[in-house]
Amino acid sequence: MTIAAGYNFGYLDEATKRMIRRAILKAVAIPGHQVPFGSREMPLPYGWGTGGIQVTASILGPRDVLKVIDQGADDTTNAVSIRRFFAKVAGVATTERTTDATLIQTRHRIPETPLREGQILVYQVPMPEPLFRLEPRVTETQRMHALADYGLMHVKLYEDIARYGHVAISYNYPVMVNRRYLMAPSPIPAFDNPKMDRMPALQLFGAGREKRIYAVPPHTEVRSLDFEDHPFVPIRADAACSLCGSRDTYLDEIVTDDRGGRRFICSDTDWCASRREEGR
Amino acid sequence: MSAAAAPLLEAEGLTLRFGAIPALEEVALAIWPGEVVAIVGESGSGKTTLLRVLSGLMRPERGTVRYHGADGAVRDVHGMAESRRRLLHRTEWGFVHQNPRDGLRMGVSAGGNVGERLMAVGARHYGSIRAEAAAWLRRVEIDPARMDEAPTRFSGGMQQRLQIARTLVTRPRLVFMDEPTGGLDVSVQARLLDMLRGLVADLDLAVLIVTHDIAAARLLAHRMLVMRHGRVVEQGLTDRVLDDPQHPYTQLLVSSVLAA
Repeated sequence: MTIAAGYNFGYLDEATKRMIRRAILKAVAIPGHQVPFGSREMPLPYGWGTGGIQVTASILGPRDVLKVIDQGADDTTNAVSIRRFFAKVAGVATTERTTDATLIQTRHRIPETPLREGQILVYQVPMPEPLFRLEPRVTETQRMHALADYGLMHVKLYEDIARYGHVAISYNYPVMVNRRYLMAPSPIPAFDNPKMDRMPALQLFGAGREKRIYAVPPHTEVRSLDFEDHPFVPIRADAACSLCGSRDTYLDEIVTDDRGGRRFICSDTDWCASRREEGR
Repeated sequence: MSAAAAPLLEAEGLTLRFGAIPALEEVALAIWPGEVVAIVGESGSGKTTLLRVLSGLMRPERGTVRYHGADGAVRDVHGMAESRRRLLHRTEWGFVHQNPRDGLRMGVSAGGNVGERLMAVGARHYGSIRAEAAAWLRRVEIDPARMDEAPTRFSGGMQQRLQIARTLVTRPRLVFMDEPTGGLDVSVQARLLDMLRGLVADLDLAVLIVTHDIAAARLLAHRMLVMRHGRVVEQGLTDRVLDDPQHPYTQLLVSSVLAA
C-alpha cells in the first residue's frame, strides 16, 4: 500500500516521534512509572484513543502488521477508523488476527490469544493516575508515587469489602508493577489483569489528554492489589459464548428483546471466529 | 514516668520569622519518654508554629530538632529524607489536629480511618485490620457497631475521639496535639481529657500538647512552657508554673482564668 500524499510516515513528524520514543524508553526503563510527554493534537477527539494512536505512530515501522481492537472487537467504529487511518498515513499491512499482528492497539481489552515475544500491545488510557479519585492533588499523588506510599489505595479496597463484602472494582483494577509502582491498567476488565503478569509482549500505555506514557516491559511481574484473606478474583459472566461455546473467555452481554431475553458472546471477535473455524 | 537518660525529642535555637513577625525566637525544648509537656500562650504566640516545626511539617530558619528513634539512632528531623519523615509520622509519631476534619478522611468509614495507618505500614489482612480497628473504637468509647459509618455522621466529640484512635493505632511513642479540646463544649472536653489521661498512662506516651486552655494543661501535663511573641518566657513543672508564676505574662495568664 502507498502512503497518502502530503503526510509523513505515520502522520506525526519525525521530531515528535523522537520525543515520544524518548518518553517510551524512559517508561520501559521504569516499569509502571508515568512519564509526561508533549501530546499533540490528533485528527480525532480526546477520549477516542489520542494517546494510544500517538504511541502507535511513533513505534510503527513499514514492515509492521497492525491490529486494532475496541472492547475486544475488530469491527467497531473506533477500531475500524484507527486501522484505516494507519493504512492510509503509514501504508502498513493490517490484520484482524492476533497471531499475525506485530503491533496491537487496544481499547479496554487484552486479546484472549496469549501474546508472544516480539509483539507490542498499545493501550488507550483515559486516566493514567490510579489514585485520582482518592487524592485530588496531582503534586500529592506524585509524592505518593515517589515514596511508594500506597496505603490509601488499600483504604479504598477496605471500604469496598466493608460495604459490599468484596472489592467492587470490575474494570481498571489497580495493579502493582514490579513491586514498586501502583498503575492503572486502563479500563480493561479485572478479568484481563492476570494476563498482564509476566506477559512476553511489551505493553505500552498512552494517555493523550493527560499527556502521560507508561509501560510494562516483557516478563514483568504485575500484581492486582488485594488482601491476604480477600484474594483478587477475576470476574466473568457465568455463561458460555452462544457462538463458539467458550467457557473461559470474557463475554459481552447482548439484550435480544424487551422481555428479559439475553445472550452472551465472546468480546474478542478474532478468538471467537477462529474457534468456530476450527470447530467446523 | 520512665526515667530514661536521653530525651525523645530535643530542639535548640529554633528561629522562624514570617516577614517582620517573629514566630519563633531561639526556642529550646526537650521531651522525655512518657512525659506530657504543654505549650501554652495566647493566640499568635507561636505555639502551633512550634508544633509544626518540631514535627518536621515546617522548616525553621535556624536551629535543629533531633529525634531519638526506637532503633537507638539520633536523627535530625529536618535533615532526614522525606520518606523517613513520613514513615515516622505514621509509625513512631502521631499528630492530632484541632479540627478533626483535618486529621480524618471524611468520606471514609470510621473503621477505614483507623485502619489507614495500619495499611500504610503494610498490614494486608482485612480481618485483623478490622479487628484492630474495632478494638480501638471501643477503647475511645465509640460503639464498634458504628465502624462502617462515615465520620460526617458523628458528633464533634466522637470525631475527635476517632482521630485519636486513628493516631494511636500504630502505637506511636510521641504524639503532637494541637488544641485537641478546642471547639468542644465543656462536658465533652472533660470526657475527652479523662480518656486522654488514661491512654497516655496506659501506652506510656510522650505528648506535646498545644493549648490555650490552662485547666486542660493542668489536668494533663507534667511540665509546661509558656510562650509569648515567639519566645519561651517561662517553663517548669505544671503546678509550679501555675501556682507560683514568675514572669509577668504568666502571672497575667494565670490570673485571667475564670473560676466557675
